[in-house]
Amino acid sequence: MTDFLNLYKAFLRISTTMMIQYRASGLIWMIGAVLDPIIFLVVWSVAARASGGTVGGMAPSDFAAYYIVLMLVNHLTFTWIMEVFQYRVQYGNFNAELLRPVHPIHMDIADNIAYKLVMTVVMIPAVVICVWLFEPNFVFIPWALAAALPAVLLAFLVRFFLEWTLALVTFWTTRTQAINRTYFGVLMFMSGRVAPIALLPGILQDVTSVLPFYYMVAFPVELAVGRLSPAEAMDGFMIQILWLAAALGIITSTWRFALKRFSAVGG
Amino acid sequence: MPAPAIHVQDLSKTFNVPVREAGVKAALRSLFKREHRDVKAVEAVSFDVSPGEIVGFLGPNGAGKTTTLKMLSGLLHPTGGTAKVLGHVPFRREKDYLSKITLVMGQRNQLVWDIPVVDSFERNRAIYRMDAGEYRKMLDEMTDLLDLGPLLQKPTRNLSLGERMKCEIAVSLLHKPQVLFLDEPTIGLDVTMQRRIRSFIQEYNRSTGATVLLTSHYMADVEALCKRVIIIHHGKILFDGDLSELVQQFSAYKTITIDLEEMDGINFTRFGEVVEIEGLQVKIRVPKADTPRITGEILAELTIQDLTVEDPPIEEIIDRVFSQTEIELEKE
Repeated sequence: MTDFLNLYKAFLRISTTMMIQYRASGLIWMIGAVLDPIIFLVVWSVAARASGGTVGGMAPSDFAAYYIVLMLVNHLTFTWIMEVFQYRVQYGNFNAELLRPVHPIHMDIADNIAYKLVMTVVMIPAVVICVWLFEPNFVFIPWALAAALPAVLLAFLVRFFLEWTLALVTFWTTRTQAINRTYFGVLMFMSGRVAPIALLPGILQDVTSVLPFYYMVAFPVELAVGRLSPAEAMDGFMIQILWLAAALGIITSTWRFALKRFSAVGG
Repeated sequence: MPAPAIHVQDLSKTFNVPVREAGVKAALRSLFKREHRDVKAVEAVSFDVSPGEIVGFLGPNGAGKTTTLKMLSGLLHPTGGTAKVLGHVPFRREKDYLSKITLVMGQRNQLVWDIPVVDSFERNRAIYRMDAGEYRKMLDEMTDLLDLGPLLQKPTRNLSLGERMKCEIAVSLLHKPQVLFLDEPTIGLDVTMQRRIRSFIQEYNRSTGATVLLTSHYMADVEALCKRVIIIHHGKILFDGDLSELVQQFSAYKTITIDLEEMDGINFTRFGEVVEIEGLQVKIRVPKADTPRITGEILAELTIQDLTVEDPPIEEIIDRVFSQTEIELEKE
C-alpha cells in the first residue's frame, strides 16, 4: 500500500509539473470547457423567454444554475484519453509504458487529476463570473449537496474507465476517430449537456436512465441543484455503482485481449 | 552449468496485414472486400544466451530483429514457440519480470518531454520502487559514466540528440536491469558519442554481470562489444556463433595491401583481383586458401615497403551472408 501511495505521489508530482508547463494549451482547453455549457445555457434561456418564461418547468435562472454546475461537474469528470490513445499506440509511445511494471492506466489517472487541480485556477473564476452574469437560481439542499460529492467521484470513475476501455479499440483498428466522434455525439446528447434530461422525449429519458452517460454528468448535476428526491438519488447511486463494476470488469477482460492483439508498432 | 538467461525455442511471430493495390478503384474495392496476407516476421528461431553474455543480433532491415526483441521483452505475443527470460515467460508481463529487464528502442520514449530530465528519473524511481539510497548511488554512477551533470536540470526537449540518447540510456538502466535489450542504441549519434555509449555498455556488463542482446547496423558496435553474433534474415537464423567463426565460415577471401617503391610495368592481376590502386599502394583480393602462396610470390618478385594481409571488413562478410541467402531463396 505504501508503495502504491508513493507511486501516485510521484506520478501526481510529475503530472502537475507537466500540466503547469502547458499553460497556453490548458487555457485554450478551458475556454472550450466553459463556452460549451454557456452556449446551451443561453440557447435554453432564450427558448424559455420565448415560451412565456419557462421550458419544461425551467426558467432561465434554473437553466443558469443547471449549466453552471454542469460546467464544473463536466470539468471534474471529463477525460481526453480517447483523443490521444490512437497516437500513443501509432507512434510507439505506448511501448515504453508497457515495458514498465506498472499498469499504464495509473499515469493516465494521475495526469487527469493533475490537470483538474491545475485548471481549477481558471474554472473557479469562470464559475464566479458566470454566477454574476447569469443570476442562477441555486436551490441549496444540504443532503443533496453532500450526496453530490460522491456522485461526482463515481461519475468520474465510470467515465474514466469506460472511455479508457473504448480507447483500447485502437489495438484492433488504428482509425478510431469515427468511433470517437460517435461516442462523443451520444455522450453530448445523453449526458444532459445539450439539454437537461427532463426535456428529452419520454422514450429517450427511459433509455438514458439505464445507459451510463447520464450518470457521468447529469446525475451529479441534478443532485447538486436539488432536482432529485432522496429515492431518485439512491437509484442513481445504485446504477452508478453497477456501471462502475461493469466498467472495471470490461476493462480487465478487454485489456487482456488487447495485449494479445498489440502489434507494438514503432520503436 | 547455469541456466541460460535467455532461452528461445522455435519462436515465431506472424502478422496478418491488410493488402491493397494503389489507386481509387482498389480503395473502393477494399471497402467491400478486405484482403489480408500473413507476414512471417520471425520463423522458428532458437537460441540460448548465458548470463552475462553480450550477443550481437544482426540482420538487414525487416529481418525480424526488433520483432524478436519485442517478444522477449513482453511487448508482443508470439504466434508459436516458447521463450523464457530469467525464468519468466515474457508475454505474461509479470511485474517481477518487467522490473528486471529493459528495452532501449529507436524512439526512446522514457523521458517526459517538457520537464527536467531528473524529474523523469524520479518517476522511474517510484515505478521501480527504488529506495532513496539505491537510487542516489545509481544516479551518481550514471552521471559519472555518461557525464550527465549539466543535463539533469534541462527539459528533455532542450537536449541535443546525443544528450537525449545518453539520458534515455541512463533512465532505462536506473533500476539496474539484469537483461538489456538494446535496439540500435547508437543510431544517429556522432563517433565520439557512439564510443562513449559502447564503453558504458561494456562497463555496465562488467560491473553488474547483465546479459545484453544488442542489435546494430554499425559493425563498430558489434566488434567492440560482441564476442558472439546471431544473424537473422527473413525471420530465420542464418548464423549463431563467435564473430571470428563468422569470418572463417563466410569469408572466402583475404585482402593483401601492398605498399611499393615503384609501380612501372607490374601486372598485379596475375596475383589476384585488383580491388584498388592508389598512388604506390595496391589492394588485391585473393582466395583464402591461396593467401600464403600468393604472399610468398609477391614478397619474392616485388620490391615492397610494406605488406598486410587482412580479412575483409565485417560489413562485407555479413553482406555476403545476406546476398547468399537471397540467391538461395530465389532458387527456391
